[in-house]
Amino acid sequence: MKNSLFKRIRESALFWPITALAIILLYDAIFVPGFFKIGILDGHLYGNLIDVINDGAPLMLVAIGMTLVIATGGVDLSVGAVIAISASIGAVLINPAFGNALISNDILTKDATNTALPIIILADLAAGTLCGLWNGFLVSRAKIQPMVATLILMVAGRGIAQLFTNGQIMTIYYTPYFYFGNGFILGLPVSIFIVATVFLLAWIGVHKTSIGLFIASVGLNSKSSYYSGINEKNIKLLAYTFCGFCGSIAGLILSSYVHSADANNIGLYYELDAILSVVIGGTLMSGGRFSLFASVIGALIIWTFTITMYTIGIPANALLAAKAVLVLLVILLYSDYTRRSLSKFFKLKGTRHGATN
Amino acid sequence: MSQTQNVLSMKGITRSFPGVIALEGVDFALRKGEIHALMGENGAGKSTLIKVLTGVEQPDSGTIELDGQLVQVRSPQHSHSLGISAVYQEVNLCTNISVAENIMLGHEPRRFGSIDWRKMNALARQALTKLDIDIDVTQPLGNYSLAIQQMVAITRSLEISNARILILDEPTSSLDVNESKQLFDVMMKLKDAGIGIVFITHFLDQVYRVADRITVLRNGKLVGTYDVSSLPRIDLVAKMLGRSFTDLDAMSKVKSQGQQAQGTTRVVEAKGLGLKGSLEPIDVSIEAGEVVGIAGLLGSGRTELANLLFGIDAPDSGSLTIKGQAVSRFSPSESLQHGIALCPEDRKAEGIVADLTIRENIILALQARYGWFKFLDTSTQYKIAQEYIELLGIVTPSADQLIKNLSGGNQQKVILARWLVTHPQLLILDEPTRGIDVGAKAEIQKLVLQLAAEGKSIVFISSELEEVLRISHRIIVMRDHKKAAEYSGDANDQVIMHAMAGEV
Repeated sequence: MKNSLFKRIRESALFWPITALAIILLYDAIFVPGFFKIGILDGHLYGNLIDVINDGAPLMLVAIGMTLVIATGGVDLSVGAVIAISASIGAVLINPAFGNALISNDILTKDATNTALPIIILADLAAGTLCGLWNGFLVSRAKIQPMVATLILMVAGRGIAQLFTNGQIMTIYYTPYFYFGNGFILGLPVSIFIVATVFLLAWIGVHKTSIGLFIASVGLNSKSSYYSGINEKNIKLLAYTFCGFCGSIAGLILSSYVHSADANNIGLYYELDAILSVVIGGTLMSGGRFSLFASVIGALIIWTFTITMYTIGIPANALLAAKAVLVLLVILLYSDYTRRSLSKFFKLKGTRHGATN
Repeated sequence: MSQTQNVLSMKGITRSFPGVIALEGVDFALRKGEIHALMGENGAGKSTLIKVLTGVEQPDSGTIELDGQLVQVRSPQHSHSLGISAVYQEVNLCTNISVAENIMLGHEPRRFGSIDWRKMNALARQALTKLDIDIDVTQPLGNYSLAIQQMVAITRSLEISNARILILDEPTSSLDVNESKQLFDVMMKLKDAGIGIVFITHFLDQVYRVADRITVLRNGKLVGTYDVSSLPRIDLVAKMLGRSFTDLDAMSKVKSQGQQAQGTTRVVEAKGLGLKGSLEPIDVSIEAGEVVGIAGLLGSGRTELANLLFGIDAPDSGSLTIKGQAVSRFSPSESLQHGIALCPEDRKAEGIVADLTIRENIILALQARYGWFKFLDTSTQYKIAQEYIELLGIVTPSADQLIKNLSGGNQQKVILARWLVTHPQLLILDEPTRGIDVGAKAEIQKLVLQLAAEGKSIVFISSELEEVLRISHRIIVMRDHKKAAEYSGDANDQVIMHAMAGEV
């Protein structure tokens, strides 16, 4: 009985991601003094764990969207560029000079915007959603391979963003906008509430409508799904559009966090980290069954690791190499070979245990 | 050279895969300079035999002799060097490079280390001239018709392997009449040059036009090898289909006990429904409670008809009316709304979603009809799944079992259940009993008649003529992508076989 419960836990989609996260946290608990310390400053919480959540929020958002896209058997390489587009549009709408004229000292010190905040937010979200719709159109209607279709926007997107910003790094001087990346509600970062809202939205969409079943079905066997009367084109369109939507919110938070929009660098490589989060979460790149929660854990693993590296003083230029090691370990842990070996190991232990009884 | 000299002689070839014996002691002999048709329905073992010959598969037992020499074909490369080449239905050449390059690829003549283009073009032209093909070899292959591409493929295989044996696997299936004729001319030339040709096709006309001998396989066994002149078409069809009087016959003519279709409500009315290159315009009408059987050999247009009725393919001529309502947009989701259902022929690729559970597979179509927001909650899903698992006698420990773990027959029942829960008006079954055991077969047949008795219209497609005869009220015979004839359900099987064979 105990054995079968253990087996069920081990076969659950969340087992490996949570194990990997636990291992990193365990390392922190032993080797990184004060990693778990959470203090209160100016009426809100601070500490490494809060950093993980706040810094990781944009990636968690993008990972949620990416999960749905990958589950349909596709991939979205353009989310980093979508982040840049969304951030740039926000910055341009805020900046009274629209990036054209030289910014006078007068403007620099003023908390000013050209556009009302709700309109800025709406424009941000609309831009990202449109990008997603474009990707979805290319994949579902024009039947272009997902990697190629989204590569177009990945390359062109940052160019488009630069057109908006006139090639400048746009600094934002508008306090209400900073709220999304720096504000706190009940002592917790605002960004995590945004993630929770989007996650809830996606979770309801996946579990309380038939969309989740259709996404898995299309990802597993697009042809059979089509023969069953599922409109597989619209399912794909929806997934990419939602992924673009998630990217736009991530762009909003990131530009708010750094008080600027740098079309060339904001959200750089987020698509790759998002894909990695999804893979760590156990969703197969070939599509099919997926777990939103596991992907969010995947994003948390990446950021817990990053913050840990920062805390123990790994220089920034060695971070990528360290991350590569993490990726290698995780992927090895997930490989069929390792799992079979582990299964055998557990089985062996099980029979031995049985024999002594 | 003597006509009876065998260039190839395969003896007692046996090859089994887990669970099936694909070939069982098959003998096959090919003479020099003959066109030898290899015939059989799906699963007869034709493709396995070819795979053994081309070295893709190794036989479990049996011998292969080439020109009297015992050989072992170790790999496709090895078969090339032995002078065996194969050209398949899909031309696997590069359409974006020139004809000459395609023919000489990997064997380009060189001069001072670089390709001697002039010589290469000359060689290619020379090779094509041997087959009386006169085209500009410097043009990209894609500029030419499929027939020419097919012949370039043949030229290439002759050129690079100095072939003694040429295998043509369904070479004409995507060619039109004129193109096929061009190909036959080439085949005749090669035959005169002493090359042995193995010709696989579903077109009976073509067999009788070009082949010298016919070997028929069925269920992995050799039925026999015959001279074309001594084997009337009707006999060929009978041999291909086989006459398997099994315990199924116990329930023969079940349909007559219950009902003859009452024929009052017309459910399906197709007028001139056709699609170029797929199905010639066809008229079909089906009443409520009627089982219409579709008989015809593989490739006769049976599945094409099913695909048009269900909206997988959109017709380019004619009209389709379901219960008085004209169908204007053709897609499975549209058909679903009209109450049409299709159990597709290829269960694995088009039917099941292997990694979903039985429950999810069963509710898929119903949920597709309900759309995104009217989601069946889990308990309803279980109720439906459980109901149909019992109703159809699906053997499984639970509704949460992945469908890929079921046997073929049970998978088929799940797909049937998927459509039955949508309560369709018209149920199209394309080879619903293929590859499933006799017991499940009988159950499915019984179910079909029961559904008809409830007033549903059924289109029943099967390559087993007995099955079609047993349960159909009316039988449409397909041949060469068109409707060849239509009979009432009590027609004589001889008559139908004649129609399938194209001899009246």
